[in-house]
Amino acid sequence: MKVPQTGKGGGTRPPAYRGGGDGGDGDGSPDYGARLRRARLGLAVLTAPIIMLFVSLTSAYVVRQGLPTLDESTNTYVRDWIPVNLPIALLLVNTLLLLVSSITAELARRQITRQAALASVPAIPGVSLGRERGFPWLMVTVVLGAGFLTGQWMAWRELAARGFYLATSASSSFVYLLTATHAIHLIGGMLVLLYAATVSLLKKPVESRRIVVDVTAWYWHFMLLLWIYIFGLVWFIK
Amino acid sequence: MVAQEAHAHQGPQGFIRKYIFSLDHKVIGLQYYFLALVAVFVGMFLSLLMRFHMIWPTAVLPLVGEIKPETYLQLLTMHGTIMVFFVLTTAPQGGFGNYFLPIQIGAPDMAFPVLNMLSFWTTFVAFIVILAAFFVTGGAPLHGWTGYAPLSALTNSGPGEQLGADLWITSIAIFCVASLMGALNFITTTLDMRAKGMTMMRMPLTVWSWFVTAILGLLAFGVLLSAGILLLLDRNLGTSFYVPLVVVNGQIMGHKGGSPLLWQHLFWFFGHPEVYIAILPGMGVASQLLSTFSRKPIFGYRAMVYAIMGIGFLGFMVWGHHMFMSGMSPYTAFSFSIMTMAIGVPSAIKTFNWLGTIYHGKVRFQTPMLYAIGFVSLFVSGGLSGPFLAQPVLDIPLHDTAFVVGHFHLIMGVAAIFGMFAGTYYWFPKMFGRMMNETWGRVHFVITLIGTYCIFMPMHYLGMAAQPRRYSQFTELAYLQHLLPLNRFITIAAIITIGAQFIFLINLFWSMFKGPKASDNPWEATTLEWTTATPPPHDNFGGVTPVVYHGPYEYSVPGAAKDYIMQTDPAGVTAH
Repeated sequence: MKVPQTGKGGGTRPPAYRGGGDGGDGDGSPDYGARLRRARLGLAVLTAPIIMLFVSLTSAYVVRQGLPTLDESTNTYVRDWIPVNLPIALLLVNTLLLLVSSITAELARRQITRQAALASVPAIPGVSLGRERGFPWLMVTVVLGAGFLTGQWMAWRELAARGFYLATSASSSFVYLLTATHAIHLIGGMLVLLYAATVSLLKKPVESRRIVVDVTAWYWHFMLLLWIYIFGLVWFIK
Repeated sequence: MVAQEAHAHQGPQGFIRKYIFSLDHKVIGLQYYFLALVAVFVGMFLSLLMRFHMIWPTAVLPLVGEIKPETYLQLLTMHGTIMVFFVLTTAPQGGFGNYFLPIQIGAPDMAFPVLNMLSFWTTFVAFIVILAAFFVTGGAPLHGWTGYAPLSALTNSGPGEQLGADLWITSIAIFCVASLMGALNFITTTLDMRAKGMTMMRMPLTVWSWFVTAILGLLAFGVLLSAGILLLLDRNLGTSFYVPLVVVNGQIMGHKGGSPLLWQHLFWFFGHPEVYIAILPGMGVASQLLSTFSRKPIFGYRAMVYAIMGIGFLGFMVWGHHMFMSGMSPYTAFSFSIMTMAIGVPSAIKTFNWLGTIYHGKVRFQTPMLYAIGFVSLFVSGGLSGPFLAQPVLDIPLHDTAFVVGHFHLIMGVAAIFGMFAGTYYWFPKMFGRMMNETWGRVHFVITLIGTYCIFMPMHYLGMAAQPRRYSQFTELAYLQHLLPLNRFITIAAIITIGAQFIFLINLFWSMFKGPKASDNPWEATTLEWTTATPPPHDNFGGVTPVVYHGPYEYSVPGAAKDYIMQTDPAGVTAH
């Protein structure tokens, strides 16, 4: 039984283009291993501009903190950075939600990897897998992600209740900016997760669905790391 | 073999799927190219109005009417923005890169064709949005393509600074997203889809230039996006990222504590890599053409590759040289200055290697070659004024003068454009199956080369004579009166040169339909695009995946049957 590649190969040779064409079996079926590798490479490349976006915002944040401004009453330059009173407990809960969602996303990823590895088994005469009633890890991830976003919304409301709006101070501007930018990127990931969850209903080949879930799960982990970084930044660098 | 041929498919048939929302990188490349063609004529028209106004400030022009000072600033803002983004970042990379990168590495398409289609149409939307700025109340913004805060961050700072400026920022933000999508595609394709035998060090220098340009775009456009987001927040939601305590028309604005320097840093951290994004593809084309038309390998292929990487890498370290007049510490200025001069090293390596390529070659002076040689000439002319501006001490009198305008126009506005002309004349036979008219090509070349030198070389003198840039009217200034004749000369040269571009336009479109039919490899070149049918079929290679045996510049190889060996030719002696 030929098990499709998991896409971990490659080495240092230049990869021969196989792409959607002749696969390892030579029977004209799409080379999912190559496609997975290409999709993962695309994701790795995608992280670069997202990181640059947050690097530039971080740089602006740190420099602004130390920047003195003119106090017109005394005509001297003073530091006017007012640390934001963050709802730490709520944000920690949100972090936990996102962490758990990362775990469930990883479980979803491994689940579909196993399913894809066994994709060619039903073709063997006399062998059947039986209906695998896997736990819906993907939908759980979506729900937890929605929970995180709801929690972020609640955190913004709490900030407003504490008198910190977007334009209240430089510090509050940055807190809203950093968390909202992260949230927008997370929403993008959620939309792809939803697509991956519904594609499973559309009966696309499991190897193809596996690629979508795999790449999205890795993106999800990246979003978690990004959130931990942003939370750490606004919590400790103030 | 059978499986591969079975996989070769015809592609979509309907008009919309074939020409509008095509997923074929060749169609998308042409879409980018024609978008840039429209944009360049819009940009040239704006510059023509600017040049008229500079010598006849009070003239009332037909259709446009009188050009008021604020109108002049609006013209220069939109001229710069449209040219830099929608011409220089679009045609060399999105146009030629999209069309030829997959073919030159032996791939049937880009890694992510749907993303490719989206990246073009997103660019198109960005173009529509920026053109819309002309038509809204207040008109286009007047803060320059560099959009410095606080002028750009306050909605009451001048005409065009309300909706016009918001549309400008939005257009640029949309463009950032489109560019990032394109960069992702280019990088993934280059790394993952090379044909068998196409090692990185056998890739044509055009592919190297598109690859490194994509990396630059990947890392730079994210920063521009963040700059633009902060600007939109300052303008519309009352934040103070860029705006300190300011008073406008006697009214204290609600901002406090922001830093206009933050905008400059964020903008130029993007802005400097951006100019390398504009020039690197032209360098790749020049290398390709100089080798092909000299019938000689490129001099020092490896050095050329490292020089491209060096220029790209160093390009991220020099942004402060646009800010020497911002009040930075002289030590900071010193380090930016040193890094800027360091970029001269890989640039010089490339220039000498180009000369070394032509030297003792059997040169064929066909139109593409003329443009490639013109590129080298203009790159040197425009590039040499760079080290002048890289000295902080010299930048003090030269900053914001016509000297800077001459410098960046020669290198971006002419050299990069010559790279595009060279690419057009060179690849036209492959894209359209016909040859462009050689005679009219040469006429266009001569007029454009002489004309652009006449326009931009005198600007160095004007700048040293203290003529400022972005001044709507200096005809009334006594200390600049003696420069008026030279300004008139420049305007006349501009009118003639812009007129000559219509020769190119007519040649382009006429040749598409009526030009002499081209063979598959009219230039006797070695790279993979010349192995395909003309124009290439939907999957580029007709179902047969190419195998590469040679590097891209096997010209005049001793002992070979012809004076060129194609990359896919299994026979033939090769050292690498």
